[in-house]
Amino acid sequence: MTDHLATPTIEKAPDSPPAAADLATMLLIRHFELALLDLFARGELHGTTHTCLGQEYVPVALAPLLTARDYVFSNHRGHGHYIARFGDPAGLLAEIMGRAGGVCHGVGGSQHVFRDRYLSTGVQGESLPVATGVALHLKREEPGALALAYIGDGTWGEGAVYEALNMAALWRLPLLVVVENNGIAQSTPTTAELAGTIGGRAAAFGCAHLRVENTDPAEIRAVAGPLVERVREGVPLVLEFVTNRLGPHSKGDDTRPAAELSRVRAADWHARGSGAEFAAADAAAAARIAALVAEVAARPPAVWSRA
Amino acid sequence: MTARPERVVENLNHALHERLRADPRLYVLGEDIADPYGGAFKVTRGLSDADPGRVIATPISENGIAGVASGLALAGDAAIVEIMFGDFAGLAFDQVLNFASKSVSMYGRPHPMRLVVRLPSGGGRGYGPTHSQSLLKHFIGIPGLSLFELSPFHDNRAVLARMLDLGEPCVFVEDKVLYTRRQATGGRLDDLFDYGFLGAEDVGPAHVYVDDGGDVDCLLVAPGGVADRAVAAMRELLLHHEISCRLVVPSRLYPVEAEALVSAARRASYVCVVEESTAGGTWGAEVAHVLHERLWGRLRRPVRLVHSADSVIPAAVHLEREVLVQAGTIRDAVLADLRAERSPV
Ligand SMILES: Cc1ncc(C[n+]2csc(CCOP(=O)(O)OP(=O)(O)O)c2C)c(N)n1
Repeated sequence: MTDHLATPTIEKAPDSPPAAADLATMLLIRHFELALLDLFARGELHGTTHTCLGQEYVPVALAPLLTARDYVFSNHRGHGHYIARFGDPAGLLAEIMGRAGGVCHGVGGSQHVFRDRYLSTGVQGESLPVATGVALHLKREEPGALALAYIGDGTWGEGAVYEALNMAALWRLPLLVVVENNGIAQSTPTTAELAGTIGGRAAAFGCAHLRVENTDPAEIRAVAGPLVERVREGVPLVLEFVTNRLGPHSKGDDTRPAAELSRVRAADWHARGSGAEFAAADAAAAARIAALVAEVAARPPAVWSRA
Repeated sequence: MTARPERVVENLNHALHERLRADPRLYVLGEDIADPYGGAFKVTRGLSDADPGRVIATPISENGIAGVASGLALAGDAAIVEIMFGDFAGLAFDQVLNFASKSVSMYGRPHPMRLVVRLPSGGGRGYGPTHSQSLLKHFIGIPGLSLFELSPFHDNRAVLARMLDLGEPCVFVEDKVLYTRRQATGGRLDDLFDYGFLGAEDVGPAHVYVDDGGDVDCLLVAPGGVADRAVAAMRELLLHHEISCRLVVPSRLYPVEAEALVSAARRASYVCVVEESTAGGTWGAEVAHVLHERLWGRLRRPVRLVHSADSVIPAAVHLEREVLVQAGTIRDAVLADLRAERSPV
């Protein structure tokens, strides 16, 4: 039976506003990320950080499809993944700012976060074989649970991705690969970095593939939900979101031409938001994050006790 | 007729069987490890027949299987990975360096990772430049990673248990020439030498000696793979040159078990470290550093390093021999140093 190999697409739907709870989380992530860029601009953060501006709806759409038993492997652009899962901007902000209460006591920073069954790391593609190993564990010890790994389009250049897909498909493991295809990898457009298509590559391994162009969490869930349930039975899935990276790759590094930037901005879910309810929710999220920044900035430095 | 001691490969195989039986959460992964083939060097023979679910023959994906093993360890299982030829560990390096070993500590609190990466290593069998290296030195100094080496003195049942109990990833270097040798048993090595262990435990460094209590001219320190060559050199030095040596063979190479080495070195004023690695940035240099730091002023000469030449490992037997450390290389190095010392300036 090969019906799961078909590559359906959830096309762009006529814009319907996200449900209130989804919108609240999306806005929380949006203002969290804006606050980080602001802190950087003011010289209050060091190192680097990769914001998910424009992509907030992806983890928000997926969150209710997951259970606490599922593992989530995030990547360098993972703040939204974390907040959508735990609703804990404070723990993450403290981690990024190196203050008390950080999820990993300031050791991991923006890109290396581990909490319960959520883990991120900063080497592209590295987590796919690891997620495959966790999926092998789950298949045996906790049938019905899955391992989700987020990757970008550029990360399809890494061999680890293919080694993992091969083993996951071969061994029928509950692996869900979520691709945030935002059309660019750091400074390199997808057209200059990816031959063929992600769907074609998934098909090469006999993996199911679904391409999502919609940004509404409820509509995404309705179509992706049943496929995610099949992952739990050992049918790996590549779930590809066609999305937009609104901000720079990390801090101030955006070399995209003006026309491309306006296209990206026009496609932003936030820019399409309107009405009094939206404005009120937006203001509430902004205020919550502003208060949080002030509170976390006043905390003492993180303490790492190695034992 | 008394039973002959197990071959090293049998001992290792039995140890793997035992671990799998003892630990229901342990997996063994690697290319071509399943029966009836049982692995390129037959170390995993019989394992998949005994437990097909936890002994998994994988695709040719060194990076991938090191990652899968890391995922199992992350989730609380344990995993032993065989890299068919240790040389291919280069392909798995990222998972070992940046994921497995870091995950123990980089998330701000300890997270145990029970993982052993086995590397059948070394030359002497004519396999040529990509199948004969000892890659040990490339894994030294990685936070959260321990290095062990197979040795005919150490029972692998205890060594494997120790590695898995550490809760941090281990690289286990297995010199291929050892597989067909026999395990040392009973404290007697041959007509000349006895052996024992430094400290109470038989997973500590082994030592080989003529006279347990006495001082010696030279302390040799060597991992399991070159121990035979070191013993051959000791024999010649004693019988033909009246130079007495003691040999220490650590099971764990890194972090260096300094106390045992330092106390053994106190009984000699000259130390020579032997390894099969090619020259440059080696384990021996790390041992020398530890000893210099602790015994500076007591040693009569700088610690001598004997390693293979700075070269690829050729395929032809005679060329390979020129590059790799031989018993004669060790003997000549010790002789040169001690003669230079004895002759008047
Ligand atoms: C192995 C590796 N190579 C390079 C990098 C540096 N780097 C970090 S993010 C990135 C771009 C990733 O692009 P993509 O997968 O498309 O994800 P996106 O940033 O667009 O979300 C690069 C090159 C890295 N972190 N890891």
